[in-house]
Amino acid sequence: MSDENASRFRARRSAPARFLSTYGQEIIIAAVILLLFVLVSSINPRFLGANNLNTIISGNAYIAVAAIGMSMIIITGNIDVSVGALIGVLATISGTLAVAGYPVWFAWTAPILIGAAINGIVGALVAYGRLPSIVVTLGMLSILRGGLVTVTGGAWINDLPPDFHFAQQRLIGIPAPIWVMVILTVLAFLWMRHTAFGRSLYAIGGNAEAARASGIPVERRIVQVFMIHGAFAGLATLLFATQLRIIQSTVPPNLELTIITASVIGGVSILGGTGTVIGSTLAAILFSTIGAAMIFLNISPYWLRAVIGVLILVTVLVDMQRRTREIRKAKR
Amino acid sequence: MTLRKVFRHETILALLVVIALIALDRQSDNFLTLDNILNQGRLMTEVGLIAIIMTFVIVTGGIDLSVGSILGLTAILIGVFWENVGLPLPVAIGAGLVAGTFAGFVNGIIIARFRVPALIATLGTLALYRGIAEGVSQARSVRGYPEWFYVLGQGEVLGVPTQLWLLGLVAITAAIVLGYTTWGRTTYAVGSNEVAARFSGLPVDWTKIAIYSASGFAAACAGAIFVSRVSTTRSDMGTGIELDAITAVVLGGASIFGGRGTIIGTLLGLILIQALKNGLSLAGVKSDGTVVLIGAVLILTILLSNLFHRDTNR
Repeated sequence: MSDENASRFRARRSAPARFLSTYGQEIIIAAVILLLFVLVSSINPRFLGANNLNTIISGNAYIAVAAIGMSMIIITGNIDVSVGALIGVLATISGTLAVAGYPVWFAWTAPILIGAAINGIVGALVAYGRLPSIVVTLGMLSILRGGLVTVTGGAWINDLPPDFHFAQQRLIGIPAPIWVMVILTVLAFLWMRHTAFGRSLYAIGGNAEAARASGIPVERRIVQVFMIHGAFAGLATLLFATQLRIIQSTVPPNLELTIITASVIGGVSILGGTGTVIGSTLAAILFSTIGAAMIFLNISPYWLRAVIGVLILVTVLVDMQRRTREIRKAKR
Repeated sequence: MTLRKVFRHETILALLVVIALIALDRQSDNFLTLDNILNQGRLMTEVGLIAIIMTFVIVTGGIDLSVGSILGLTAILIGVFWENVGLPLPVAIGAGLVAGTFAGFVNGIIIARFRVPALIATLGTLALYRGIAEGVSQARSVRGYPEWFYVLGQGEVLGVPTQLWLLGLVAITAAIVLGYTTWGRTTYAVGSNEVAARFSGLPVDWTKIAIYSASGFAAACAGAIFVSRVSTTRSDMGTGIELDAITAVVLGGASIFGGRGTIIGTLLGLILIQALKNGLSLAGVKSDGTVVLIGAVLILTILLSNLFHRDTNR
């Protein structure tokens, strides 16, 4: 990791090189998305229809929003494998509140606060209990998933009030999830790059001891970043729970891994200390673009996961190659 | 013998297992019967095989998230080789095991040769292998295997479930290899300090590649047993089993950062989880409630163990 940091440090010499080495991953993903759009629409022009574009981008918006929080967690050198289960729990809470007759704004915002509270406990166990985050969140995964099915008995929530469906609303013709995703991504990106708090997350992930020595309250930051991540899970829930007429007591299988994958493909190093949330949002869009492209090209959707698997491996291998090259260059 | 040695993780865990067994036995007359114990052993075998080799993986400081997908892929390939390609079933099983081992080997190459962090590498192959299984099977299942094949998953040898013999054999071999051989010490050395291990001339890369291949092989064996036990082949088999296996290993006292962990610990972790699942369901608790308890036990055990080992864990 020290080699990696050294290479980033030296890359500061020239502005274009620095831009490329910081945003290389984001540029590559954006290029792949564009390439897919050009390729698929040249075969099937309907791919570029406004409706289809909206569906592609808004369908995975909740994954992109959850991946913003996940990226922050990974940048500090931690991980959360329980976020999928958390979104399931929050969706059920939100739906239950709405059906019970609470005002809609309350059903929308409650998951954000509860998500922050639950992950605050996780963060405290990690920071003050000195437990590895993967162990705590592995336990939390069981607790949340098991708890949800125990309480709901697997029943779906129907009869949601009509004004509950936030994700189906539009502003200037663009679905609400896209607005939320874009605004949150930009805000989070700016916040992480230009505030002391945001910068400290990179510092903790790069070298926790050095961060502590330079006066960053590492434990408190870890608890705070887990709470922020929980709030983003709540925001993701707002998009996820309100898109359909029903709320199931299960979430898509391996949802937590999809969210982690979006962060990682987006350029967040699992070793901590690097990456941006623009990359993770682009990666979430890339997943749904691939899914839609396969449908338009008449490829069996059963191959989707294999394609994503290859994509992860290729991205990571290319990234490793680039880093090795940069380290060599820096050493010379 | 110091106090710290008395309170080592495995001792705490063994105490927990005994307490759980006694407490659960009071809830139901059918819990501590030979039939029930053997049957629980049968249900534990697949995750057990994977968890035993996962102990090696985690001791090297790695992780293998792709085992559930390898299990599913092997199951699908056995079905396809037998029904669609028309190979005799023993050959099809052999080919499935080879494919599963190769999948693990690929993990090892990506991790050891290309230096990709294990979490990401196996996250990628988790999607890839499950994707291949889904793509090949197109959601069709294969049934109607010959009668002899079911002996593996449903039959008994000398009054004990067939697969339990295999689990016992693997557990004993693994315990000896990890505890008493050069190979085992190399595994700990790689996990404690990889750079130092490299400078001491240990074959770090090959150790890792061999361990991930073994992990693939264990998952493939679990796949064959799974198919035999439930008499059918589906592409979603083994989904999530990686987290069950990792839970057992971590509960067993292995450090997720590498360098620490024992086979005995993993076995105790497996037994505790299975005892809680079965005992509570016999006592009338719904299985989902048990899952909650397992999560809580995992966090609390590691927290408790950390209290006694505060200095060594930092």
